[in-house]
Amino acid sequence: MKYDTALCRLVEKKEIAKGFFDFRVQNTDLMNNALPGQFVHILVPGKTLRRPISICDVENGCMRLVFEIRGEGTDILSQMKVGDDLDILGPLGTGFKIEKGKKYAFVGGGIGTPPLLYAAKQADTAIAVLGFRSSDAIILKEDFEKACSKVYLTTDDGSAGHHGFVTDPLSEIIGEVDEVCACGPTPMLKAIALIAQKNAKPCQISMEERMGCGVGACLVCACKTKINNVEGYSHVCKAGPVFRAEEVVF
Amino acid sequence: MADLRVNVAGVKFQNPLIAASGTFGFGEEYSEFYPLSKLGGISCKGITPKKRDGNPPPRIAETPSGILNAVGLQNPGVDYFIKEELPRLSKQGTVIIANVAGNTYEDYCEMAEKLSNSEVDMIELNISCPNVKAGGVQFGTSCESVAAITKAVRPYCKKPLIVKLSPNVTDIASIAKSAESEGADAVSLINTITGMRIDINTRRPIIKNNTGGLSGAAIFPVAVRMVWQVANAVKIPIIGMGGISTWKDAVEMLIAGATALQIGTVLFSDPYAPIKINDGINAFLEKNGIKSVSELTGSIRIWE
Ligand SMILES: Cc1cc2nc3c(=O)[nH]c(=O)nc-3n(C[C@H](O)[C@H](O)[C@H](O)COP(=O)(O)OP(=O)(O)OC[C@H]3O[C@@H](n4cnc5c(N)ncnc54)[C@H](O)[C@@H]3O)c2cc1C
Ligand SMILES: Cc1cc2nc3c(=O)[nH]c(=O)nc-3n(C[C@H](O)[C@H](O)[C@H](O)COP(=O)(O)O)c2cc1C
Ligand code: FES
Repeated sequence: MKYDTALCRLVEKKEIAKGFFDFRVQNTDLMNNALPGQFVHILVPGKTLRRPISICDVENGCMRLVFEIRGEGTDILSQMKVGDDLDILGPLGTGFKIEKGKKYAFVGGGIGTPPLLYAAKQADTAIAVLGFRSSDAIILKEDFEKACSKVYLTTDDGSAGHHGFVTDPLSEIIGEVDEVCACGPTPMLKAIALIAQKNAKPCQISMEERMGCGVGACLVCACKTKINNVEGYSHVCKAGPVFRAEEVVF
Repeated sequence: MADLRVNVAGVKFQNPLIAASGTFGFGEEYSEFYPLSKLGGISCKGITPKKRDGNPPPRIAETPSGILNAVGLQNPGVDYFIKEELPRLSKQGTVIIANVAGNTYEDYCEMAEKLSNSEVDMIELNISCPNVKAGGVQFGTSCESVAAITKAVRPYCKKPLIVKLSPNVTDIASIAKSAESEGADAVSLINTITGMRIDINTRRPIIKNNTGGLSGAAIFPVAVRMVWQVANAVKIPIIGMGGISTWKDAVEMLIAGATALQIGTVLFSDPYAPIKINDGINAFLEKNGIKSVSELTGSIRIWE
């Protein structure tokens, strides 16, 4: 079996920045085999649709999920208590391909940073470029510092790190790396894909789209792609969320 | 164990639960959870004569107890379906229903003819899709057009023919009668109800198609009412659907007049819903000393 539903006990819960939550849930065997960049689809009590959340890390039989309150569903999730069971469907989707011996730049914006942590931990050499709105929205900095040889920090308002966007440090270091992996808002991904292309570096990006089934059956999570020169819609939950940057039609 | 088998237009289902078109793809993804033989049947994703890309995203929005969708019939086309999906599907030990949608009479007739020479068990005419510009729902909204499309397709369709009805009409009973009078072997209802959500900050509809089809628990009472009205109007069997989420909903829909059931949106919350609903129906039958699920069909005791 590749994926299944399971009740996973919430064993640890922290608010790591205002409105940002860090959950550790007990894993099933399936979840222990999750790959970086895959996600889980979480049932929110009282809601028809599950919420897709990236797998931030898998360690010691636990899965780490880091999310921001964005609306009603994530608000309800944030009120779950340690000891509660979360109904989780996963692991889902196609994640990042991390190859041995390669040097990667992991570029994340805001709540796009969590899936990059698990990926960075699997890379032989990793550099992180993390961008946030402001100093009070910084998450996972210490975790990336442990997993990466260097971490560049940017904030939109200059309240911490470099004043500007992730594309500034990325442009400076891109010559040093073999490949780029990115997750964050679409305009940011578009800009990163362009930098990678100009420097002839392969680039993998993690896309977001509203989902139904989460497994590839209902076709609602469409993302415009061009694969082998054929333009069409690919599905973020199965073919993605991670695509090669040149495959995505922005 | 009570007898869960049902018979719709001569086709035998091992239980009344059929996966609803468009929510289950061609079954492959859900076969990760359980063997597809656990289902009474599968109504496959709606297919068209040629491949369709569908609508731009977002294609889905959540609503109170339901969802809006506007996929726009993304599908690989009828030939691909017959060649690449059907050989696997027809070996799963469950009833396979092809769901077809077109823009013209010729589209429907061409697909009915091709599918009549294939392994599918039944053909469901989707004349009620609200999410494509031409065709689709326009065939399903007047008695004359429903009669005309059913009449046109009938000679080409050698398999039991189900006509799927739109709820976006004023008198669903007479629409069902029109389908019956031109030779439909069964009707299925309801398709989605046209709806809309708007983001109050951007003032943009959440769905790129602006409007979408409402499904899920929110539409269940409307579906029960329509199944009951149609059951009073026609003799052909009814496949009831629209918001069925629990075994109690399923029993209610059968009592209203359905012979078999389709379930869709609930799968998104719980992929195991069909299994749980079947177990619940069985327990209900056993507890009440009812031998066969078909005894429930149309057993409503209406207030006079
Ligand atoms: C593959 C994937 C991985 C993700 N990983 C994370 C993560 O690790 N951490 C995190 O905080 N967020 C993540 N998101 C975004 C997260 O799914 C949304 O923020 C969340 O669904 C919002 O739900 P809500 O009920 O709070 O918001 P509402 O706006 O009330 O949600 C309404 C509906 O829209 C959907 N929706 C709204 N925004 C998004 C969005 N950006 N992407 C997909 N669906 C959306 C919801 O799922 C729900 O069905 C991820 C999204 C995807 C597609
Ligand atoms: C994402 C999605 C796609 C659908 N696609 C089709 C389709 O291709 N053909 C069709 O006849 N009905 C389609 N439907 C309608 C369903 O088959 C069903 O009639 C409707 O959703 C009501 O049932 P439910 O509330 O159990 O989902 C679709 C519904 C959804 C939610
Ligand atoms: S969410 Fe159903 S196909 Fe992706």
